[in-house]
Parts: sequence; C-alpha cells; structure tokens
Amino acid sequence: MTTILGVPLQALLGQLLVGLINGSFYALLSLGLAVIFGLLRVINFAHGAQYMLGAFAALLLLKGLGLNYWFALVLAPVLVGLFGAVIERLFLSRLYKLDPLYGLLFTFGLALTIEGVFRWLYGSSGQPYSVPELLRGTVNLGFMFLPIYRGWVVIASLVACLVVWFVIERTKLGAYLRAATENPVLVQAFGINVPLLLTLTYALGAALAAFAGVLAAPIYQVSPLMGTNLIIVVFAVVVVGGMGSILGAVFTGYMLGIAEGLTKVFFPEASNIVIFVIMAIVLLLRPAGLFGKEA
Amino acid sequence: MNPLLEVSDLQAWYGESHVLHGVNLHVNEGETICILGRNGMGKTTTLRTIMGILRKRRGTIRFAGEDMMGVPLHRSARAGLGFVPEERGIFASLTVDENMTLPPKVAEGGMTSDEIYTLFPNLLERRGSQGTKLSGGEQQMLAMARILRTGCRCILLDEPTEGLAPVIIQRIGDVLRTLKARGMTVVLVEQNFRFAEKVADRFYLMDHGQMVEEFPTADLPQHRDALHRALGV
Repeated sequence: MTTILGVPLQALLGQLLVGLINGSFYALLSLGLAVIFGLLRVINFAHGAQYMLGAFAALLLLKGLGLNYWFALVLAPVLVGLFGAVIERLFLSRLYKLDPLYGLLFTFGLALTIEGVFRWLYGSSGQPYSVPELLRGTVNLGFMFLPIYRGWVVIASLVACLVVWFVIERTKLGAYLRAATENPVLVQAFGINVPLLLTLTYALGAALAAFAGVLAAPIYQVSPLMGTNLIIVVFAVVVVGGMGSILGAVFTGYMLGIAEGLTKVFFPEASNIVIFVIMAIVLLLRPAGLFGKEA
Repeated sequence: MNPLLEVSDLQAWYGESHVLHGVNLHVNEGETICILGRNGMGKTTTLRTIMGILRKRRGTIRFAGEDMMGVPLHRSARAGLGFVPEERGIFASLTVDENMTLPPKVAEGGMTSDEIYTLFPNLLERRGSQGTKLSGGEQQMLAMARILRTGCRCILLDEPTEGLAPVIIQRIGDVLRTLKARGMTVVLVEQNFRFAEKVADRFYLMDHGQMVEEFPTADLPQHRDALHRALGV
C-alpha cells in the first residue's frame, strides 16, 4: 500500500476530502460574514443561526410541503434572506450609528433566541435529512471512492462563491456595494439608495448561510445547535483571511478546511485547535489578516 | 425669474456644535457663484447641508422650485444636484471607469463618455487603473467627470484646486468655462480667488457660518484688500 510519511495514501486523501468539504462550508459562511461586515460593519453573530435556519427550512419544506432538496436549495435561501431583510430593516438599521458592539450584541442575542426557539420546538437532538436520489452513491476515482453528494457540495459551494465574487467584482450592483463599503455617504449623495443596499446585503449574507445550511443538511444532522458549533471556527477563518476581504474569506475557508483535514491525519489530537493556532500566528504576524489591508 | 437654487436662513449643526448661523444665498440658472472664506467658516458645511448630507439643519433650501428640506439624501441627486467633495471621494476598490459610471444618470443632457474623454484625455488612457492610483489632479478631473455624466443641473464643487499644480488648475478653469458654455449652474467653494475670478460670476464671502458679503466679479478689485484681510492671504 502506498504511504506518504508513514500515512496510507487512502487515509490522507480521505481526510483531504473531509477537509475540502469542511472548507466549503467555511468558505460559504465566511464569505457571507465578510460581505456583511464589509458594508454594514456588523459582526453577524446570527450567521450560524441563519445557517441552521437554512437546514431546518429544507427539513420543514420536505416534511410539511413535500418539497424536495432541489426546491429547498432555492427556497430556503430566499426565505432566510427575507427573514434577514426584515431583521435588518426592523432592528439592525437602528444600530449603525452606535458603537459596532451593539450590532454584535444584537446578532448574538438574536442567534440565542432563534436557537432557543428551535430547541424548544424540535429538541436538541439532530434529525436526519436524506441525500437526494440523484446524488446518492459513490464514484470510483481510482485512488478512492468519492460519495457523490460530497463532491456535489464542493462544486456547489465553489460555484456559489464564484457567483458572489462575480456579482461583487464585475457588476454594477457590486460596484455600488464596493463603493458604499468605502464611503456610504458619498454613494448615497450620488443618488443610490444606500439603506436599501444595506438591507439587500444583509439578506444576501443570510441567504448564503441558508444555502450552506441546505447543503449541510444531508451530511450533518439537522439540529438547532448545528450553527453554534460551526460559527466559532468560521469567525477564526474570517479573522485569518482579513475582515471584509471577499476573496480572502473564500480562499482562507478552503485552506483552513484542508489544514484541519491534514492535521487529522498527522496529529489527530490537534485537529480541533489547528485553525485557532493558525489564527493566533496570523494575528501575531499580520494583525489585519492574510488578505486584509493594514490600517 | 426665480433662482435655480435658493437658500434662506439655513442653520446647521454637527452634533451639538452650531456651525451655520443663517446662510442666505441664491444661484440663477447657468450662473457660477463662488463662496470664499477662511478654513472653518462653514463653506464646506454649506455645500454638505445643501446636498442633504448634513441632516441636522433648519431653514429653507429650494432647488428648481422643490423644497429640499424633507428630501432624503439619495433623492438630492435625482432632483439634479451633483456633488464633488473636497477630498474628491475617488473609490480605491473601483477602476477609473467604474468610478466614472458609478453615479446613476438622473436626467437627459449629461455629457456622453466620448465628450468626457475629450475633455479629460488622461482619464481615457487610465480607465482600467485603480481609481486612487491616479495623480491628485487626475482624481479631481475624475471626481468632476463622473458628475458631468449624470445630467445634473447644478454642481456643488468643493475646493477643486486645492493642492494642485498651476497647470492642472488651468485645466480645471477650462473645464468650468466649458460647463458654463453648456449652461451648467455651479456653486464653487474656493480659497484661491485668483482662480475663482476667472470662472465665477458672483462672489459670497463667508465668515462664522454666515454670508457677510456678496458682490459681482466686476467689483472684485475694490474688495481685493478686504478679501486679503478676510482670507489671511
């Protein structure tokens, strides 16, 4: 059997894949956080809850309305995005003029509330969501068997990240967004409805989280706390990538997912903390993050 | 004829600090007026308050017959007011071209891209560059150019010559005369009245949040000594 540094190739590739999958979620979630932080200057602690809402929306759409995975993949982000828009309009928009801490506290409280309600309604144990028929089974890659659904997650998240990147970097709406990130007052003085832009941005961030939640539902169990476990790591990813940097968030997401996977092979005991170790080192050497602009 | 822009008894505050103490001014269609005054007298604040950026304000602002006091900031541009800030406000994360096309068109009659690039040939060569990689003079040109595209009727122009070389200042003067020929209304804030006298029709002198004098450009010579004193130049 082929080995690399005494580790069977199979195990190495297997963990690399797990890393890539985790990285896909890190990338999608930190992308949403970065977009929201860039424009709203809000550290969205409710991001994990919005991810969980996406997964639950998929589950409830299936159980309640009989709508399958593919409907959920479109509908759940729309629903959670709308929810985000309402939250922004009713609450967050009143906090922009205050210290950024208020936005953080508000979204943190919101996350606790949403998760509390779902725990009360559905209990804290996870509920299974089955892999859609089309994506069941495995493909033989020659060196390993790849579950099709996992391959799909990697591709879907990459495509989603690319689409968001394209919208932000290459379209008119994205130009408004980038400009408003730098100087919202001037952009509004040019005749652009910046308050609406802020609402849309928060909705987009929430929708991205929900999209990740739907992708995650068949892999992890759908449970009220699924976001809490993930969001701390995602914040570490955002810090490593640099607050507000779009490409930085995506690249760092995949990179840290893979780093975590590889650590599982070579030093399993450290796999849970490797991301935080990397974060500490990056903060020491480049406080603005790998892709952030030095202030 | 009613003035295009009419401001009366305009008061404004930055937080608790009362900065405009009853500004009165009017600008006729097609006219270029210049507000002179030392730093901190409220010139920039006057422009920002007319534009609607500074919201803590009282008094009257009428533009093209419309009461602007209740109009939200993003509607000011739609009403036909264009704003070129003192710091120029070129966006670093946008290319020159994206900076140029950022402000939406608000009316017909704005300059076309061809006309703009004829007026500012440097910008054409650098349209793919990052906005803030331009020189100070080019950034000022870009800040003006992007407003000219929109079809606005009146430009609020804050110290366009600040920190620029004489040859660039001359170019900006040419641009302002071209605009005048097209019938554009301009409210110019300047400290450099040697520049302003070549482009403005009328002057206001501002002191401590009020207009203390108003005179046509023809009367500038008899005000020159007083202006030297007032501006400390």
